[in-house]
This record gives sequence, structure tokens and C-alpha cells, in this order.
Amino acid sequence: MATVFKRTEMLVDVPQHYCPGCTHGIAHRLVAESLDELGVGGRSVGVAPVGCAVFAYNYFNCDMHEAAHGRAPAVATGIKRVLPDNIVFTYQGDGDLASIGTAEIVHAAARNENITVIFINNAIYGMTGGQMAPTTLPNQVTTTSPYGRDASHCGMPLKISEMLSTLDGTYYIERAALNTVKNIKNAKKAVKKAFQNQVENKGFSLVELLSTCPTNWGMTPIEALKWVDDNMIPYYPLGVYKDRGEGELK
Amino acid sequence: MAKQLMKGNEAIAEAAIQAGCRHFFGYPITPQNQIPEYMSRRMPQVSGCFLQAESEIAAINMVYGAAGAGARVMTSSSSPGIALKQEGISYIAGARLPAVIVNIVRGGPGLGGIQPAQSDYFQSTRGGGHGDYRTLVLAPASVQEAVELTQEAFDLADIYRIPVIVLGDGMIGQMMEPVEFGKYKKREVPDKEWASTGTEGKRKPNIINSLFIDPDDLEKENIKLMNTYEEIAKNETRAEITNAEDCEILIVAYGTTARIVKNVIKIGEKNGVKIGLIRPITLWPFPSETIAKYASQSSVNSVFSVELSTGQMVDDVKIAVNGVKPVYFYGRTGGVVPLPEEIYENVIKKTGGAK
Repeated sequence: MATVFKRTEMLVDVPQHYCPGCTHGIAHRLVAESLDELGVGGRSVGVAPVGCAVFAYNYFNCDMHEAAHGRAPAVATGIKRVLPDNIVFTYQGDGDLASIGTAEIVHAAARNENITVIFINNAIYGMTGGQMAPTTLPNQVTTTSPYGRDASHCGMPLKISEMLSTLDGTYYIERAALNTVKNIKNAKKAVKKAFQNQVENKGFSLVELLSTCPTNWGMTPIEALKWVDDNMIPYYPLGVYKDRGEGELK
Repeated sequence: MAKQLMKGNEAIAEAAIQAGCRHFFGYPITPQNQIPEYMSRRMPQVSGCFLQAESEIAAINMVYGAAGAGARVMTSSSSPGIALKQEGISYIAGARLPAVIVNIVRGGPGLGGIQPAQSDYFQSTRGGGHGDYRTLVLAPASVQEAVELTQEAFDLADIYRIPVIVLGDGMIGQMMEPVEFGKYKKREVPDKEWASTGTEGKRKPNIINSLFIDPDDLEKENIKLMNTYEEIAKNETRAEITNAEDCEILIVAYGTTARIVKNVIKIGEKNGVKIGLIRPITLWPFPSETIAKYASQSSVNSVFSVELSTGQMVDDVKIAVNGVKPVYFYGRTGGVVPLPEEIYENVIKKTGGAK
């Protein structure tokens, strides 16, 4: 029988701990495939966050660092400055990158640090049990916004791709989603490009991936995929926000 | 290399370069600014990397990344900045990474002041951050010693895979003294087979990590750390002993304070009081056995801890002396540095003089 689909070399053959219906697995796959296809796995060093992807260091088949909460871009900066010829990436969620780690991501971007950042935005803190994230939508119910996120009380969500694309330093910023086959195909292109940019020494590349959290959203996996279409994409529009290779597109 | 006159901070920076440090991540704070400034000039000359981070927190995490990638790496700061770095230092300790952290201590708490102090003794010797860990703490008392201890700090960090703190005070950092760089003899250090430099497809991934979710695994890691700390305590505990044989009053003091106490010894001699000094060079591991040995001499009537604080090291002195002799404390704080006469008078007042 011909093999039509198999595990990529860049993923370790171990069960992952993610909940059923969570899109982290897809995001991992896209990163691993990209490293594989670019042939850079052997010189890749990844940085895992604190949050749902905290164990990512067990899943990517390359050298890894586990960073403190939010600090992955600083850790990646340290690695890249020591190993400029290696491919260095961070994989961070919205609590990690958009809340506690805002200073680190903004300044890594401003420096045009030649790293690749994979930013998972599922509008909630997953690992700690569904608390409000900086990306939680207005009126969205979480365990720390039980009456819905009240913008008059705790402000509005952060739009990271829009924010970072305003910095002169950033090279490439794109937002994609992991909820449909078409969106996943686009996401793959974006992720691969973000790594290709680093291979070509272009500089700071970030891909924001709109993701699902059926467990903490209190939905079935299918409802969660639809919720991304109905609620997240309208608030967080998909597309290329910055590409210095092609001028600013949006 | 000939002797040259250098400011402590710049000498520490040059010592790091001489020790093969090629990566430095810093953030401005007084009174250590000459270290990052010097590094920003020197690093490009030796094909190294100086990077001014956006915060002390970012700087220490850059150190974590660089150390994990196998580099000799350093950061420096002063007290409030070191407080911010404690999270990262704990991770560096937990992931068993070598790194050198310089703290040019200023008065606290809070924003405190910018004058010399020794009020970070607890912070440095108790781990400072969260969790069961220690840092090796080296306390120079001169610019020359700051140079040699900084050079050695990199070797110690590599040998034991531990963050090493060079604890100077504002006086050590700001004072100019003649220094020589060739005096330190390099120690043998192991290869960094654990570093995450890319697998090249030839080995299993190296993972730099301090997370062990299974309590049994985490306990094992903590025991591994504890064993390292015991080995360090056995091999690296260091103190300078001055005039302590058959002394009547034994003073324990480190860094700048120890230099002032050397003049207290002279005042004692003029007045017929034999004062001895034990100067811990390693604050952790603490030279408890040396202190206990000299304190238990029959000639000694009391032991003093003299510090630029309200009394921190005195706790360790008491543990070392273990009730064998009375232990007293004298200190000035907030950036006030006492004169030898002042220390002498207070020591005599407390002990009622010799014998």
C-alpha cells in the first residue's frame, strides 16, 4: 500500500497532550513540515512558551528551550545572537505573547530580530483553565469574565498583528486561521514563508494563527471551528499585515 | 600585561572579555553603567555581541538563551535590577546553565539610593528567586580581585553549570585602582555537550528546561542540584584571614567593609587590642568552618559581623559560631560608609574592650 500521509520527521513520535479538537496539533504540524521542507531541522532551535504549548519541547524534533512566561522572544534573541546561522523560532500563545510578554515581543520585533514567531491566538488562557486573555473578545465569557468581557472595566483586546506591523523594524506579519481546510492551507504558506524569511536573513517574521479551544470555550470541536469564522475572524481579519519584501499591503 | 589604572566597573567588563565572554546583555542602572558602556565599545572589537535589552527581565532571558546555546555570557545590574532578574536567574539555575551576573549593589529597599551598600546579601545568598537553588556568590574587596573573580566566575559557572554572581558594591564599581589581567590561571572546564546548538540530524534534541511535571522527577532534579551545591561547598569555599590567630575580637566582613576593617585592626594595635578579620570571598558557599575554627580560640571574647546593611550576614555568622561565643553586629546602611574609628568605637563599646 502506498503511503499518502505520514508523520513529518520534525515531529517526535510521541502522543501529544492537547485536548480533542484543539488546533495546536495542526499548528505544530505546519511548523514541523515547514522546517522539514526547508531542510533546516538539524540547525533549528525552538523556544516553547508557558501555556498550553509548554510541552512543545517534547514534540518538535529539534533542539529546544523552555522559556519563562512571555520571555520566549528574549530567549530566542539570546540564542540567535550566539548562533546566527541557526533557525530560531518561538511558539507562543496569547497569554504568553500578548499579555505578560508584550515588552519582549515588541522589542524583538522592533530590533528586526531575525527569528520566526508562531503566535497562537485562541482568545483564552487554556492551560490554567479558561481565564480571560488579552485577546478575549468583548462580551466573551471566561472563568475570570463570567459575565462576559466588559470593555468598560477591563479594556479592549490587543490586535497583535496590527500593532506589530506599525513598527518599522518588523519584516513580515501575517494572520491566518486553522479552522478550515482553505485557511489551513494559507496558514501553511504563511508559516513556511516566515521561516523562509529567516533562512534568507530577512528579519522578524510573525504568523498569528487563530485557533480553537473547545474545552474552555465550552463547545464541540465543530462548533469551535465555526465560532472562529463567526466571531474571531470578523474581529481579527486574516491577511498579510506587513511584508517588507512586497511593501506594506494592508 | 602591564598594570593599568581602571575603574572597577570597566575592569570587571574587561575581565569578562579576557575570560572569553563574547555575549553581554544589559540594561542601564546606576552605579553599574560603565559595564554596559564598556561592553558596547569593546564587544565589536572582539567580534562579540553587546545588546541593550528592553528591561532587566529581557536581559536575563537573553542570557538564558545564550547560555543554553553554549556561549560564555554575562549580564550586570544593580540591586533593583537584580530583583527583576531573579525570575530568570531561577530558570538558569533550574535548567543548570552557566552564566555570570554582576551586581554592583546600591542601597534599598525599593528604589533606595545609588550609594554603596551590602543590603543584597540575603538576595544573593538565599537564591533570590523562587525554588530550591543557590548561586555561587563571589565578593571582591578590590578592583584587582574583582578582575580575577570575574575571570574565575566564568570557569566556575562552566564547571558546575550554575549561575555565578559577582557581588560588588558601589565602591568597588566606581573606585579606580591599578589592575593586571594576566594573573588569573584558567581552570579546566568541561565541554558543553548539553548545549542546544542544532542536532545536525546526528543526535537526539538537547532540551534546555526547568519544568519537571512529575514530582518524583522534580525531586530528582532538586537532589541533583543539591549534590552540585555540596560539591561546590566542599571545593570552592574561600575566605581571607587577617590577624586572626589568638585575636581577642574576631570581625567578619566582606567587600569594601573588609578593607575598612583592616584599618580597624591597626587602630586596635595602637590601643593594645588584637582584632582579627575573616573576609568571606565566597558568600555562598559561606566559610562557616573557618569562622567556627577562629571563633572557638580561647583568646576570642566576641565575634562581630560588620556590614553595610542592618544585619544580614550576621545570621550566617551566628550559625557558624553556633553559640560558642557572643556574636554582635555593627553596620551602616542606605549608602552610608563608616570610618574605621567609628567601627572601632562601636566594637569596643559592645565588647567592653579586650579581655
